[in-house]
Amino acid sequence: MAIEVDGKSLETDEEGYLVNLDDWVPGVADIMAAEDDLVLGDEHWDIINFLREYYEEYQIAPAVRVLTKAVGKKLGKEKGNSKYLYALFPYGPGKQACRYAGLPKPTGCI
Amino acid sequence: MAKAEFDVPELQEYVDVPELQEDTMAHVKSFVVTKPEHNTDLGFPGELVEDWHDKALEKLDDLRGRYRSLQVFLDACVKCGSCTDKCHYFLGTKDPKNMPVGRQDLLRKVYRRYFTFAGKYFPKLVGAKDLTRETLDEWYNYYHQCSQCRRCSVFCPYGIDTAEISMAAREILDSIGYGQKYCNEIIGKVHKIGNNLGLPGPALEDTLEGLEEDMEDDFGVPVKFPLNVKGADILLVTPSADFFAEPHIDGLIGYGKVFHEAGASWTLSSTASEAGNFGMFIGSYENMRRVSMRIREAAQELGVKRIIFGECGHAWRVAYAFLNTLAGPFDFLDQKYPAPQHILEYTWEQIQAGKLNIDKSANDDMTLTFHDSCNVARATRIGDYPGSQFETPRNVIKAVCNNYVDMHHDSIGERTFCCGGGGGLLTDDLMEIRVKGALPRMTELQNVIKDKGVTHMAAICAICKSQFTKVLPYYGMDMDQIVSLHQLVSNAIVLTGQVTDDDEAESDAESEAEE
Repeated sequence: MAIEVDGKSLETDEEGYLVNLDDWVPGVADIMAAEDDLVLGDEHWDIINFLREYYEEYQIAPAVRVLTKAVGKKLGKEKGNSKYLYALFPYGPGKQACRYAGLPKPTGCI
Repeated sequence: MAKAEFDVPELQEYVDVPELQEDTMAHVKSFVVTKPEHNTDLGFPGELVEDWHDKALEKLDDLRGRYRSLQVFLDACVKCGSCTDKCHYFLGTKDPKNMPVGRQDLLRKVYRRYFTFAGKYFPKLVGAKDLTRETLDEWYNYYHQCSQCRRCSVFCPYGIDTAEISMAAREILDSIGYGQKYCNEIIGKVHKIGNNLGLPGPALEDTLEGLEEDMEDDFGVPVKFPLNVKGADILLVTPSADFFAEPHIDGLIGYGKVFHEAGASWTLSSTASEAGNFGMFIGSYENMRRVSMRIREAAQELGVKRIIFGECGHAWRVAYAFLNTLAGPFDFLDQKYPAPQHILEYTWEQIQAGKLNIDKSANDDMTLTFHDSCNVARATRIGDYPGSQFETPRNVIKAVCNNYVDMHHDSIGERTFCCGGGGGLLTDDLMEIRVKGALPRMTELQNVIKDKGVTHMAAICAICKSQFTKVLPYYGMDMDQIVSLHQLVSNAIVLTGQVTDDDEAESDAESEAEE
C-alpha cells in the first residue's frame, strides 16, 4: 500500500502506518486525516508535534498519562485527560495520532 | 484506515443460542506476517515454505508425540455437543466453526486422515479430510478466532481443552512460516527490548519519574517507583501496558502505594519489564521459555528475594503453572514466600495485617462488579486454597469499596466469559470478532447495570482492560467504566502523611489570614 503526498508515493503497511519513518512530512498527517474525514486544526498539531518530539528522544510513543500531562501543562488542566484526546482522535490518541505523526504503531496489550 | 463494517449485536436480557449460519466469519483473517524478521526472530521460517504440506504434517506428528494431552484431545471427542453453546465467539457470530467442537475438528479431520487407521482407509466414514491449502487457510482464520479462554473445557465431559488444540495449530502454522503479525511482532520485541510495547529503558525511566512527581504533587508523599534497584527485596513484574495505557497505569499507582505503605523494598526491572508471555498464545515452548528466562535473569542480577506479578491474566497462568518448569528452580529466592506471588495476595495480606489505612468512602461514587479473567479463573489460584483466585480479588475489592455486586453466576468464577480479546486477538484487524465475542460479557454487565445500579467493572488483566476500553462504546457504554482493581485500592489508601484537599484549603486560609 502507499499514499500520495506532495506528488511522492510513500509506502505504508497493511494498517496504514508509514513503513519508513523518515518519509514523514506534515502533508502525511493531512492526507491520512482526510481519509478519516478529519480536518486537522492547531489542537491536533499540538499533539502530533509532541508525539514526534517525544519519539525523537525515546524511540517510542509516550504513555497516555505522559501525553495527557503534557497537554494539561500546555493547554490547561481541563484538557489534560484522555477524553479530550479521544475527542480529537476518535480512534485513540496512541494509535490514530501516532499514525498521522509517522510513528510506528504501539503494540502489546493496549 | 479501513474501518471494519459489521453489525454490532443488540443486547438482550440473555444471550440466546443462535441458529447456525455457516461461514459468517470466514472473511475475518488477522494480518499475516509480511516482514520475515517477525517470524525469524522467533526461530520460524520467514515466509510460507514450499513444502508446507509435508512440514505441517510432520509438525502435527511431532506435537502429538510431545504433548500426550493433544493426542488424547484429538482422539477423545464423542460429539456430545456439550461445548457447542459455551463459546462466546460462537454465541456472538453464529458460525459453527466457532463452536469449540467445530474449531477442534478443523485439525482433527486432518489428524484422522493421516494418523489413524480408519481415516487412512475409510476417510469418509470418520470425517477425515486431506490437508489442502483451503484447510490451511481455515486453520489460520479460525485458530485466530479462539481466545484460548478454556470455558468450553469446563463443560466437556472429557475435559478436552480447545486452547491446547488452538495453540498446537498456531505452532504448526508458525513452523511453516505462516505466522500472525500481532503475536509474533510482539514476541520479537520482548526478545530484543524486554517488553511487548518495545518500551526502551530510558522511556520507562521517564514514565516512572513522571509518576513519582505526580505522587508528590497530588499527595505530598514520596511514593517511589524504583527501577533496577540492586538488593531490593521484591521484583515486580507487570504487563508493560501498566506503564502505558489507561486504566492500567492507575493500577500501577495502586501497587506503588501498597508497597509504600507496607514499607517494602521493591523494584521494577528494565530487562524484565513485561509480565505477559505471548509464547503461550502461539503454543511455542521455546519462545515461552526465552521470555520467562528474562525474569529469572533479572531476579538473579538484582539479587531479589521475592518475585511478584502485577495484574495480567495469561502472565499469571504462565507464572503460576509453568514458571518453575520454564525458568526454575527458584531456590535462590526466599522460600518463605510462594515463588512467584500475585500482587493481590500481597495486597490482601497487607490489608489483613492492618498495614493500609483504608477510606472506603473514596470509592463511594462507584458500584463495582468484577470480571474474572479466564486464565486466572481456570488455571490458577491467588492464595493457597482452591477458589482463592475468585475470593482474593473480591475480598480486596470489598475491603476498599462499599458497593459491590457480582454478575450472574453462570458468567463468573470458573464459568466466566472471556472479554473477547484474549489469546492474541487484541488487535485492530480482529475488531469484528472482538466486538461480537464480547456479547455474553456485555449482556451480563448490562444486566447488573440495569438491575443493581452497577457503574464500573474491575479487572485484573491488561488485555481485558484494553479490550473493554475499546468494545464498551460499541455497546453504548463508556470506555472508562472499566477500572483496574488496584486503581480501587489506590483510591482508598490514605497515605501516611498525605496532604488532603482540606489540609490545603486550611493552610491556604491560614496563609491568607497571616497576610
